[in-house]
Amino acid sequence: MENYIIRVENLRRDFVVGDETVHALRGVSFSIREGEFVTIMGTSGSGKSTLLNLLGCLDTPTSGEYYLDGFSVQKMSRNERATLRNRKIGFVFQSYNLLPKTTALENVELPLFYNSEVSARERHRRAEQALIEVGLADRIHHRSNQMSGGQQQRVAIARALVNNPVMILADEATGNLDTRTSFEILTLFQKLYNEGRTIVFVTHNPEIAQFSSRNIVLRDGKITEDTPNTNVKSAKEVLDSLPVDNGL
Amino acid sequence: MNYKNLIKVALKALSNNKFRGFLTMLGIIIGVGSVIAMLAIGQGSKRSIREQISEMGSNMIMIHPGTGRFGGVRQSASSMQTLKIEDYKTIINETSYISACSPSVSSSGQAIYGANNTPTTIYGINQDYMDIRKYTVSEGEMFTDQDVIRAAKVCVVGQTIVDNLFPNGEDPLGKTIRFGKIPFKIIGVLTSKGYNSMGMDQDDLILAPYTTVQKRILAITYLQGIFASAITEELSDKAIDELTAILRQNHNIRPGDEDDFNIRSQEELSSMMSSTSDLMTVLLACIAGISLLVGGIGIMNIMYVSVTERTREIGLRMSIGAKGRHILWQFLIEAVIISVMGGIIGVLLGVGAAAAIKYIAGWPVFVQPYSVILSFAVCTVTGIFFGWYPAKKASNLDPIEAIRYE
Ligand SMILES: Nc1ncnc2c1ncn2[C@@H]1O[C@H](COP(=O)(O)OP(=O)(O)O)[C@@H](O)[C@H]1O
Ligand SMILES: [Mg+2]
Repeated sequence: MENYIIRVENLRRDFVVGDETVHALRGVSFSIREGEFVTIMGTSGSGKSTLLNLLGCLDTPTSGEYYLDGFSVQKMSRNERATLRNRKIGFVFQSYNLLPKTTALENVELPLFYNSEVSARERHRRAEQALIEVGLADRIHHRSNQMSGGQQQRVAIARALVNNPVMILADEATGNLDTRTSFEILTLFQKLYNEGRTIVFVTHNPEIAQFSSRNIVLRDGKITEDTPNTNVKSAKEVLDSLPVDNGL
Repeated sequence: MNYKNLIKVALKALSNNKFRGFLTMLGIIIGVGSVIAMLAIGQGSKRSIREQISEMGSNMIMIHPGTGRFGGVRQSASSMQTLKIEDYKTIINETSYISACSPSVSSSGQAIYGANNTPTTIYGINQDYMDIRKYTVSEGEMFTDQDVIRAAKVCVVGQTIVDNLFPNGEDPLGKTIRFGKIPFKIIGVLTSKGYNSMGMDQDDLILAPYTTVQKRILAITYLQGIFASAITEELSDKAIDELTAILRQNHNIRPGDEDDFNIRSQEELSSMMSSTSDLMTVLLACIAGISLLVGGIGIMNIMYVSVTERTREIGLRMSIGAKGRHILWQFLIEAVIISVMGGIIGVLLGVGAAAAIKYIAGWPVFVQPYSVILSFAVCTVTGIFFGWYPAKKASNLDPIEAIRYE
């Protein structure tokens, strides 16, 4: 068997709202190998976030199978899924979700607080390492409210990396950022991809597909397209070609 | 996540909102401070009453003729003649719980020396009375057994008598004063005891052999009372039972019939007097307790606000691996820190207030260690109790909804 990080089979997710049932996912099947950079694309309401929440073990499917790194997630309790998120998954959200009035370092350390196997010293070291990796070596002790949106998202990415997860899940990670900063963040994701990390990147922006190695398109809770991209465009090059915004 | 980290997280959250934390604490601070101060005031007044009563004598037991019935007519205690010298003698022969015992008769009248006179009371007693009532002789000496047997006309006087009859500083020893028509030679002066809590002058008295007072002043053969001291305070009750048994037998009282005498102990008197202050203490503590409750509700209120405000933080923590119990503990510890810190400040404030009351108003105040420990325990419990529901609510949040919360 191949080295699948994610394997989902006929995944369904229904939401009951009053008397109505919303079918957010209507039978989704696919697998993701280690080291892939997958974009999940679709219009608003197509079920992208619902799918990502299931992949991130934040939610459980109404029916269908989900194997994460070989473990069947369906049968797991709330606490077991929490542990799984802590050890195997790194989340990046659209709105960064950093703790207010807290330094970059402390924010990045946070996931390791919930892992009793990591000592305080080790936690510190790994958090610093992750911040250096996302290019924030000089912002380690800055507070979250003293940083720009792009910097905050970098802190969030460092936080997603710090537990050395098997995959990084990003939901509209560039949604709140301007074009230039979006490409900076995309460049960072490509760097991580080139280092061999597995990335699932949800976006409604079709342009971003060219920068990933594979693109899955969702429509009304079903996969309509699943195409590999052999010609991955470099975000770094696009970034360099953009006119420098000197703030007027 | 271990407890050290949880406490760190809680402290961090509190330090992000110092002023609000302080306002929340204020309820607990006032609650605990007032509990401590109120209990200190209550306990202080109780202690001072007890102290003053214990000054009256040592484990004192008082026997007086009682309200027995004679032919269906209830008689007043003073007119009764049920206590005899034989009762006293039986008591000292048979008792095993009593260390000192004295007959007692007394008479009020005018004491005269030369041109000076003063109204006072003469007590007819024996030497044991000195131990029972904690009197000591400062000059001269106490009368002897011989004096009692002979009904000698000698006396020991209190300082007030000396001051009133010898205003020019004459030495009273060896002088003969008169009480009514009877001359008494002063052989000793009592050490001054001052006023008691009821404002009575404890030095305004003359002590003489009871035989002398019985025969020469009152012309009676019965006793007006018997005073005794139990060996220890704990033996007081046993001593009372024993005395009751002795007297009932002496007086041929059949089982089921009423006593014709009355026995009171100092403890009884003391607890009677302090029951009022106990009631006061309970009332004060209730009021203070209510303010502690209000403080606790304040904590609950703020914790609810805090949980709602930090819904996204909770969602984030859950999505990166926090379990329900981590969130529960985080908020619970926060609530407990608020209440315990409030408790510490409250204790300091309460003790300070008690000290201020003592030195400024001069009230007797006593801070009991147990009241400090109790308030502390109550604070912690308050924190846990009122922090529980908000914390539970936080831990039950759905991570997806929480992280999307606006
Ligand atoms: N918690 C929920 N309760 C009810 N309906 C939901 C819930 N979450 C998502 N949905 C519905 O499921 C569908 C897919 O939503 P979502 O996955 O958020 O779409 P996307 O992220 O692609 O915009 C939408 O119709 C949405 O209204
Ligand atoms: Mg979405």
